[in-house]
Amino acid sequence: MTTQPHGWRNRLLRFDLRYTPYLLIAPFFLLFAVFGIFPIVFNGVVALRHWRLDDPTLTGWAGWANFERLLADDAFWNALLNTFGIFLLSTVPQLTLALIVAGLLNRKLRAQTWFRVGVLLPYVTPLTASTLIFAVVFARDTGVANWVLSLLGTAEPIDWRAAKWSSWIAIATMVNWKWIGYNALLYLAAMQSIPRDVYEAAAVDGAGPWRQLWRITVPMIRPVVIFTVILSTIGGLQLFTEPMLFQQNAAAATGGANREWQTIALLIYQVGWKDLNLGYAAAMSWALFLIIVVVAVLNAVVTNRLGGGRR
Amino acid sequence: MTTTATQAPDTRGTGAPRGTPPARRIPRHRGAGIWTYLFLSVVLLFSAFPIYWMFVVATSTDAALAEIPPRVVPGAMLFTNLQEVFSMQDVYFVQSLANSAIVSTVVTFSVLFFCSLAGFAFAKLRFRGRNALMVFVILTLTVPNQLGVVALYILMGEIGWNGTLLAVITPGLVSAFGVFYMRQFMVGAVPDELVEAARIDGATTMRIWWSVVLPAVRPAMAVLGLLTFVATWNDFQWPLITLGGTDYPTSMVALSDLASGNYVLYRRVLAGALVATLPLLVMLFIGGRQIVRGIMEGAVKS
Repeated sequence: MTTQPHGWRNRLLRFDLRYTPYLLIAPFFLLFAVFGIFPIVFNGVVALRHWRLDDPTLTGWAGWANFERLLADDAFWNALLNTFGIFLLSTVPQLTLALIVAGLLNRKLRAQTWFRVGVLLPYVTPLTASTLIFAVVFARDTGVANWVLSLLGTAEPIDWRAAKWSSWIAIATMVNWKWIGYNALLYLAAMQSIPRDVYEAAAVDGAGPWRQLWRITVPMIRPVVIFTVILSTIGGLQLFTEPMLFQQNAAAATGGANREWQTIALLIYQVGWKDLNLGYAAAMSWALFLIIVVVAVLNAVVTNRLGGGRR
Repeated sequence: MTTTATQAPDTRGTGAPRGTPPARRIPRHRGAGIWTYLFLSVVLLFSAFPIYWMFVVATSTDAALAEIPPRVVPGAMLFTNLQEVFSMQDVYFVQSLANSAIVSTVVTFSVLFFCSLAGFAFAKLRFRGRNALMVFVILTLTVPNQLGVVALYILMGEIGWNGTLLAVITPGLVSAFGVFYMRQFMVGAVPDELVEAARIDGATTMRIWWSVVLPAVRPAMAVLGLLTFVATWNDFQWPLITLGGTDYPTSMVALSDLASGNYVLYRRVLAGALVATLPLLVMLFIGGRQIVRGIMEGAVKS
């Protein structure tokens, strides 16, 4: 037994045990810091400065000027209203339907995999492509949506892009289409861990499918429900692609002739890259972030209560 | 890996012996009746309809698209429309598809590499600050990308990368979700004893990652790879901001360019959209089972 190589090996081993973990996580944290975290921190600085792309000489601290301007900006409040309108029209039906679809997928099914993969079609379809399709479907004179409605007996074709309510419904439809299947799979995963005898007991007590869904299923998968509520809040308040490409001349980014469906994210793009005022756009993105945090927390609390949190 | 699959029968098994004999049928309503199939089929039709409609429009003439009631069967113009998209001078569609492929491939392999390294460290190695760093990674998952976009644009401008593919690729090279996903999977799929045994055999940490951990987590790598590829291919806002107005954007930005004139030819736009969607439909067709499983597993564990 020679001690020399042994000691050398030992030192190598100790070095390996102590420092290799850091080597393994270092690339991730380095790249993440530069391209993920730094921009978010730096965004705070930009929001407090003048930063115009068309006038590089206009620099320096703006203080709270960008935020003050925000409070008096009609376009911002209009975008806020639109964002919340579309958000409500999309989140509520989306999660309710996802719950029902998941309940059905949880039954004993033939061609089970087929159904599960099928509901993911919208999830893999590029948002850009699907939004452009829906732009055709919601055309006033030749669109399929109006044609179906006429079969159901509406008197006149709806001009989907002419009013807030109709454009909100059209955009919410796109959002619902995209996310129902994905959320259904999340719910399905949670449902599969609910023991079957709970349902048997409930059935013996005379509870129908609806009662079982709201009294047993929803409370028992509450953590996943809260998770999806937070996810769809974050996504729903950041809508960008749908409102942008729903417009017939997408590059304008105004969300309709009179900003009928301009969301905050779309307004940020317009202010930053059409009006070239990056400082103001950064301030808006902070406002949007704060709104998202407040709404997400509120939603999580409310959902917790609804799902039987008092027990 | 199959936590859900192995747990579910377990709970049923423990439920059966208590009171009811196992031979008794489970109550009716749990099975699928005709209404279940009917409702699910409607859901499937609703899911597939826009994709079918994209095909219909992409194969039609302008005249056919103006008809009322709308024509619901595909036309014969697919190749003409495709040719038009591919031969356009102002939007280089073929190049944009190639760009999308480059960006998505590089990002996917990079995410798999870096996130499996970091995930391994967080799941199986001990080091100071491990828990705090992991909590930090999870917290950043909730911060919307939107918040950093303006500053990211300025940063890329300083480096001189705006308008190049580097600006699209670099922010995607690592993902917090990827680290989280790999860690969750490795905690369960790689037994500590296996790691210890490899160490006793004299394997270095890197060696253990390569020859013990990676083979054990291949399914998770496949899922993370698929999800990353789909997300990167479909990304729109950031590529639009950094590549908008350049001659060689990604295919998603090229599509929005096609739809940005005052008079938009939808048969042409949707022929392009069809081509840009096709790779993802193929991926869903091939890896559908894995994608479903990946999404469902992520849900249970988080």
